[in-house]
Parts: sequence; structure tokens; C-alpha cells
Amino acid sequence: MSVATIYVSRDSTAISLGADEVAAAITAEAARIGLDIKLVRNSSRGMFWLEPLVEVATDAGRIGYGPVQPEDVASLFAAGLTHGGRHPLSLDLVEEIPYIKNQERLTFARAGITDPVSLADYRAHDGYKGLQNALAMEPAAIIAAVTDSGLRGRGGAAFPAGIKWKTVAGAEGAQKYIVCNGDEGDSGTFADRMVCEGDPFVLIEGMTIAGVAVGATRGYIYLRCEYPYGERALNEAIKAAYAANWLGANIQGSGKHFDLEVRMGAGAYICGEETSLLESLEGKRGMVRFKPPLPAIKGLFGCPTVINNVITLASVPIILDKGAEHYKNFGVGRSRGTLPVQLAGNIKHGGLVEKAFGVSLRDLLYTFGGGALSGRPIRTVQVGGPLGAYIPDSQFDLPLDYEAYAKVNNMVGHGGITVFDDTVDMAEQARFSMEFCATESCGKCTPCRIGSTRGMEVIDRLVAGDQPVKQEALLRDLCDTMLAGSLCALGGMAPFPVLSALNHFPEDFQKSSQQQTPRVRVTS
Amino acid sequence: MAPNTDTSTFERRSPPIKLAELSSLSAADSAAINAVLARLKNLPGALLPILHGVQDALGYVPKDAVPVIAKSLNLSRAEVHGVISFYHWYRTEKPGEHVLHLCRAEACQAVGGRALEAHVKTTLGIDFHETTADGRYTLEPAYCLGNCAVGPSLMIDGALKGRVTADRFDRLTGVPA
Repeated sequence: MSVATIYVSRDSTAISLGADEVAAAITAEAARIGLDIKLVRNSSRGMFWLEPLVEVATDAGRIGYGPVQPEDVASLFAAGLTHGGRHPLSLDLVEEIPYIKNQERLTFARAGITDPVSLADYRAHDGYKGLQNALAMEPAAIIAAVTDSGLRGRGGAAFPAGIKWKTVAGAEGAQKYIVCNGDEGDSGTFADRMVCEGDPFVLIEGMTIAGVAVGATRGYIYLRCEYPYGERALNEAIKAAYAANWLGANIQGSGKHFDLEVRMGAGAYICGEETSLLESLEGKRGMVRFKPPLPAIKGLFGCPTVINNVITLASVPIILDKGAEHYKNFGVGRSRGTLPVQLAGNIKHGGLVEKAFGVSLRDLLYTFGGGALSGRPIRTVQVGGPLGAYIPDSQFDLPLDYEAYAKVNNMVGHGGITVFDDTVDMAEQARFSMEFCATESCGKCTPCRIGSTRGMEVIDRLVAGDQPVKQEALLRDLCDTMLAGSLCALGGMAPFPVLSALNHFPEDFQKSSQQQTPRVRVTS
Repeated sequence: MAPNTDTSTFERRSPPIKLAELSSLSAADSAAINAVLARLKNLPGALLPILHGVQDALGYVPKDAVPVIAKSLNLSRAEVHGVISFYHWYRTEKPGEHVLHLCRAEACQAVGGRALEAHVKTTLGIDFHETTADGRYTLEPAYCLGNCAVGPSLMIDGALKGRVTADRFDRLTGVPA
């Protein structure tokens, strides 16, 4: 009998639920019963409610078991784990699970399948085909392919990637840079983390293609320090890529040169803003820069710089591999391709759902997500991180696409969806948005720096029933100032969750004024 | 230039920092800092990597490391201090034996994060940015650990934990309830 290959994820969410302990228990149990196995620490499928997920390769495909705890391991072996035997935790063929089967995985094609740091595994699953094609193309043709694919920045701003690249390619500069924005600070998002931990080579390949396209020979991945597992995986992969001449000088004999380094952030949300990130990479406080000049003209160390989100860069290899048309055929309107949606918060089936643009929230929340984890009704979801609006049930049928969302003051952002059940206090959430903005403001502009603190105070008075009509008017006025007067998206968007909470859930702000009898205020 | 032997004028000059006398750095700490500087100071934009290096080695960035780092990068002490104080991750006080990063962000709030936060603070008897009296735990807030599908989340010395209930917290930390 051949040696069974067993997979346990090394994704940090899987580890946070005990994957390391399960992997150790599998090794120990196999040794105890004298069975030869091959244990692979793969990436995660992104079905986090099933983690730790144990998979075994069979002739029919991979059979899964989950969620597995160390104490289940002995019984799994007894049930015939190595040939996919039946067990109460059986999930049958993993790729037939509707959650996976009904997705359109392009950027996450390898998620849960490969060993993240194995270059051989990456190459066996279409890895580096995109770069190989790119190396045989004129730089302008690479940029044209990215432009034609319709790929837009997945960090949140949704700026067309090809146009950004073209600007950098045309900018004068002896040195140009590719910077990857891996400062995924939005709550409810983890797609960047999953790429860094689970498929680091795809990011390396995407950045290398960008370098070849615009003539940049150096790249930096700015990764948030809350992602130590991602840092380790990226560094392992970069080392392997250098060793196999996929990085460094004269890549695969092409004459192209690209060096890549990981730099760690230091816990500042604002560094997800591109100019602030560049300041941070330069070793300074992460203060937002005025634009213009655009980073494409004067970016890192004053040089022309492509700065893209992890998912944007990780989507480039498949575009160069399968062609712009292939990618463009997914999606709706001006939102082309796929969006890796992250289902988070109070959701039964939390995880990663990569779908073509145009899917509705209701589909994501109920068909994929299975409703709230608590079993209670879903009251609201926050889409797009801490600066995204709280969306009520009445808008759950909107198609997820940049333009449709922008029309109603919502934003798709980085595709994070945080679910709340009916126990949520929306006034508390609105206050938190202001508190978060106050904590994370870089301090450069007044509306954000002072407005956020004043915002907290006004919400406190409003909720306390202290002249609520006046307070609400004041809060709306303040939000207007922040929206219009802030230098960047932090102050400029923090009012979105506040206003959406106020507009869609006004009852949560009126609790104490309803409870209290009107007070007579004595003014002197 | 002749050595300045007139101590009265020397003392009036600002800032007359004599590192060797004022620094409370131990020889081992100084050696660790110098090793980090030697390794990283020539990187472009070296300050953040250096601060990470120092904090990884010592657990914090001692105040007395500031002039040493500033000098080696040809920056002012104010610039180095400004960077340290800007970023939440760097700390200038020695932490407890274990550092806990508790997520405060929305996805964790949606599954009981606020209640867990209250439990953690009561159990440990400290607020954020504080260290327990016995020196075992330092508590820090985090705004998202990227574990948003299985919150509430906690990081203990860099190891991520998901679905952290009050009970699980007590078991993880061994703090008697």
C-alpha cells in the first residue's frame, strides 16, 4: 500500500483552533500504530467553521474530516482515515462541499490544495506560468493585458491597476519600486493574510510581473505586524524563489532583475493608506502625504512607485496565464473579475468566498454563510471594514459591485463582511467607529484628529438623551465636515458607519430619551 | 578642537547628555542593540526594522536605546522618539512575561468581544497597556488579528487563539477564575 498523504492546514485561523495540536496528534498516532504517513501542512480552503480540517488524498479526490480536535485523532485512524474511511466527522469529497463548489476561485485557486512554501507544489499547480508568459512579452503588452482584464485595486479604492502601472512605466526615474500593501487592518478581512500565509508565491509572482512591466527592480511587501505567520511563510517562499532564480538577477535567463523584501508594520491602521505606508517604509511616522504628487510619480524615496494591495497583485499571475479575456468574463458592469469576500463576525459558516462581482449580500449571508452563528436574526452587516457603512436588511439584495454600492453610500472596500445579530447596539457601534478613528488618526488634519474625539462626545450626549435633537444635528454637521474636509479616507469615511447607523437604526440612539421624562433645562 | 575643560559652560549647553553616565542599559542590552544596529542600519528606511529588532530582542525599546539608535542613523532623538510613540506596537516599558493582544475590532465585537474584554480586564486586574502586579501578563489591544471568522481572538506571545470564551481564556492563561 502506498503511503497516505494527510493534510492539516498551517493557516493561522486553523492554528488558532488547534491545527498544530491536531497535526502533532496525527504524527504521534501514526507512529504509535506503526503506520507510515506523509503529513502536509497545506493552506486553508477558507471554510473556517470546519477547521481544523483534516484531509486525506484518495483516488476519488480529497476526503475531509472536520472540525477535528486532537482527541478525535485515534478514532479517525481506527475508522480508516488513510483511505478515507467513514467517521462521524466525515465531510466526504471536500471539493463537492457546496461552499467550495459554488465559488469561482481564480486568485485563490490553490487555497487549501498546496503546501504554501513548496515551490514544486506551486509550479505543479500552474505557478509561474503568468510570469513565464510575461517574460516573453513587451512591457507595454503586459500593462495592456492588466488594463484589458479590468482589474481594479482590491484594497478598497478600486482604481484601475493597469492605469497605475502605465503611469509608473512612463515616469522618469533611475529606480522604480513595486510596493505591496499588506497592511490589512480592516476588521472582518483576512484575504491578504490568507494569500501571504497560504500562497505566498502567487504574490511574489504578481510583484515580479509588475516589476518587469514597469521597469522596477525592487519590491517591498509591507505586512502588518499582527501577521507573524504570514511573515514566516513569505520569507520562506522568498528564500525558495531566490534559490530557484525566480527572484534576483537575470530571472530564468531573461535578463530581468527583481529583488523583494518583507517589511513589517508596527500596529498603525493608518499605514494601510498608501502614502502613509510609504512614509512608514521610509522609516518615519505614518503621516499621510498630500497628493499630488501621486505615488506613481513620486512614491517610495521619491521614486516612481506602483503600490497595490495584496489581492490586486495576487490576481495578476492568472491574468497573464489565462489571458485578460478570461478574467474579464467574470463580473458585472465596470467591476470585472472576482472578489474574495470574507464572511466574518457572527456568522455560522465564516470564511472566504471568492465570487464574480454581482453576487448579493443575501446570497452570501444565507446560502454561503448559513445565517448568524448565534441562530438569531441578522440585523446588520458592515461591509468594507471599520470605515464601511452598516447595511440594513432592506439593502441585502444589492449586487456586490463597486458602482452599485457607491450609489447608496456603501462601499465594497476590501470585501470584508462583518455580521451582527439582533443583539447589537448600533449606538455603541457608531461610537466605536469614532473611537477607532480617534485612536488611529495620524493627526495631520483637523477634521479627523479632533472631529473623531468630538464625535464620541456628541454620541455620548445623544445617547444620554441630553438635548437629542440638537446633538443629532451637531453630529450630522460634524460628519459632514469630516467627510468633506479630511485629508484621507480615515477621517473621510469614518462618518459612513456612524451615519448609516443613525439613518437605518435611529431607535438605538433614542433609548434613554424614551426612558426618561423630558428634563427642564435651566439656563442662566 | 581643544577639549572643553570648563565644566561650568559645558553644563549650560543643551542637551549635554553623557550617554555612559545616564544610560541605564545593561551591558547585555547594549550589546543586543548594537548587534541589531550593525545588522540593519544600512537598510533603506532602517528605523522600523531596527525598532522591531530591538523589541524582539529585549521585549521593548528602552528609552536609553533612543540616543544610540538616533546616533547610528544620523537622526535626532526627537525623530526616533516620534516614530516609537506613533506606532502602537512599540513599547518603552519592559513587558510582563507574556504579552496578550486582545482584539477589540468589530468582527470580534459581533461575537462577544466586549464581554470578553471586560472578563479579561477583571480577571487580570489591569487595563490595556498595563502589566499585572506579579509581572506575568501585559495586556494590549489589537485592532484586528485577521482571525475574523472565528472570534473573539487573542494573541499570546505571537500565538493566535480563536473562539476565545471567558472559560477558554482562563484555561489558556491558567489564571484561577
